[in-house]
Amino acid sequence: MTVMTLIQAVNDALKHEMRRDDRVVVFGEDVGVKGGVFLATEGLQAEFGKDRCFDTPLSECGIIGTAVGMALYGLRPIPEIQFLDFIYPAFDQIVSEAAKMRYRSGGEYTCPMVIRSPYGGGIKGGHYHSQSAEAYFCHTPGLKVVIPSTPADAKGLLIASIRDEDPVMFLEPKRIYRTLKQEVPEGEHVVPIGKGRIVREGKDATVIAYGAMVGICEQAAELAAKEGRSVEIVDPRTLVPLDEPLILDSVRKTGRCVVVYEAPRTCGYGAELAAIVAEKAIEYLEGPIVRVAGFDTPFPYTLDNLYMPDARRVLRGIQKTFQW
Amino acid sequence: MTRPTRSAKKGAAARTARKPAAPRARPVPPAASVPPPHGAAALLTVLSPEGELVGKDPGLPPERLVFLYEQMVQVREFDRRMLVLQRQGRIGFYGPILGQEAATIGSAAAMGPGDWVFPALREAAAAILRGLSLDAAIAQLMGKASDRCKGRQMPCHYTHKEAHYVSMSSVIGTQISHAVGAAMAARIRGDDTVVLGYMGDGATSANDFHAGMNFAAVYRAPVVLFCQNNQWAISVPLRQQSASETIAIKASAYGMPYARVDGNDVLAVYAATRAAVERARRGDGPTFLEALTYRRLGHSSSDDPTRYRDEAEVRVWEKRDPVERLRRFLRARGLWNDRREQELQERIANEVNAAIARVEAEPDPDPDTLVTDVHAELTPQLREQLADLRANLDAARGGREGAFPL
Repeated sequence: MTVMTLIQAVNDALKHEMRRDDRVVVFGEDVGVKGGVFLATEGLQAEFGKDRCFDTPLSECGIIGTAVGMALYGLRPIPEIQFLDFIYPAFDQIVSEAAKMRYRSGGEYTCPMVIRSPYGGGIKGGHYHSQSAEAYFCHTPGLKVVIPSTPADAKGLLIASIRDEDPVMFLEPKRIYRTLKQEVPEGEHVVPIGKGRIVREGKDATVIAYGAMVGICEQAAELAAKEGRSVEIVDPRTLVPLDEPLILDSVRKTGRCVVVYEAPRTCGYGAELAAIVAEKAIEYLEGPIVRVAGFDTPFPYTLDNLYMPDARRVLRGIQKTFQW
Repeated sequence: MTRPTRSAKKGAAARTARKPAAPRARPVPPAASVPPPHGAAALLTVLSPEGELVGKDPGLPPERLVFLYEQMVQVREFDRRMLVLQRQGRIGFYGPILGQEAATIGSAAAMGPGDWVFPALREAAAAILRGLSLDAAIAQLMGKASDRCKGRQMPCHYTHKEAHYVSMSSVIGTQISHAVGAAMAARIRGDDTVVLGYMGDGATSANDFHAGMNFAAVYRAPVVLFCQNNQWAISVPLRQQSASETIAIKASAYGMPYARVDGNDVLAVYAATRAAVERARRGDGPTFLEALTYRRLGHSSSDDPTRYRDEAEVRVWEKRDPVERLRRFLRARGLWNDRREQELQERIANEVNAAIARVEAEPDPDPDTLVTDVHAELTPQLREQLADLRANLDAARGGREGAFPL
């Protein structure tokens, strides 16, 4: 075990897989000599050379378009999109090409690649360095969507994503890149895609959260404990495919459900979580499913602390499920 | 890297000022001989419309010349019949090839078996030349059980993995950067694979054209980017697509060698593509080719070109017919005659008829294929949806069988 930040765990996973499989290539804007704007790819070019870790021209559609070609040819590309806010020029390549390749070719061609991108707010990034765009990708058949919330998960899930046979959106909560340090297994460490985790056990209410919101919900659970309420936190870890049994078992146990996500509220991934719980566990619910989310606004700069769900807002959400 | 200085000339300073300040991946310098833009716009031609040798003969052996001709005749008959089937309601949609046979066959014939091809809409001939059977092609058009893409795509979206002929989408131009990426991968792996990426003239306006051209040149990818300039993007003529003097010269700005070739001259297309392929295989990077041709029919079976263009233009291009041109050349060389022509036409008609009959008798793809191949494995959610689909089908069957007979 080594104590690492989340960004160090990402770097460790990339190195581990690049050593293990020479088909793995890493590229994107500033990922080579500089090692990435967040240093996720630090040291990769020095160790693996410029053929396996390289800077690209400043074109997201070119980065993902060529990544599709590389994956078709047999490489395991890991393109980095510097901020998820900049991914939209590549949206067509992801949605129309990478996601549909296996299906549209009857399984003849596949597109195993991991699109890594820092996402989410709380770093004073304004409109264009803060967005949580996960729902767009969850709504696209053919993609898997993975979001770690701890350094150990970041490593284990990234390794699993790189070994996956299909395109994976690997979204890294940049707000907790360096705020959280944790012991991470050295060497081989795989966290399977499609398996969530119970972050904290409880019996009175279930809070579902992913990414940087998991830590916020842990704070909220502490506040709720002071009010005598025992909160269980479920982190799905992969939004697609979703570990439904884990979530439903928890909600059936507690009878209350709060869904927390920092993306705009309307049609956010939390809406899907709420729908699943309503569809499959409504008879266990003691109160309404409550969403605690961002606002239906562009991401603000100065008032980002008001936009982002915090522990008090999550606590209020938990309280609502008891007021019904 | 050149940096702007006070003494630099105004033009040079303006050019460098547009470069990003931070050093990026160092591009390999472009090949030495980027032809001058305007002079190189001349059309590379080997055969005149009358089939006379007017340029440098690429020196193909007689059997190869006959092969090219037979491929062109085959795709013309295939194309004609498929459009008829569409008109009869036996195929849902069709994108006709008529007039562009030489551009596709000449370029595809210049590729090796291990090379890769990324097609656009009208490159069925490349798939067939590389081994896609008529049955498989027609199964794709009809969306039948044996369709390689399992009835999931509209007609004309062929795929053929053994031939490295890659499945395409209907989105214009996206395959350009796929071709470049595959070529980059080949270079990274140390393979001598060359990639051929097709596009139409309309695609040269798409963002992926710019990205693909730029990446190809920066990484010196072993790729041939081949534009079938058929002069119409549905109803928009080339002059409204681009103000550039030619499409070919766009390559110059990317630092990529290019050529402009008579797309209705199969030998010229072959020669130009061959040279570009050899260049790429030598490690000298990408080439851009513009093949000047003409889309003689509508964009698709859903399109009526008389609404937007003068049919007199079509008559002009009928006189530049690519199949006729090669036939005249072969006849003059003593490689072709009426008897062989008749035999070929009969053989192809029979083969197409037989393939249609076989494929049309096939069932639709299995209902389970609705949810397979989204990922390598069915997700729990898709398993649940499949169970629901099966239950619905069972209920529907039960409903019919159990219904009161009157």
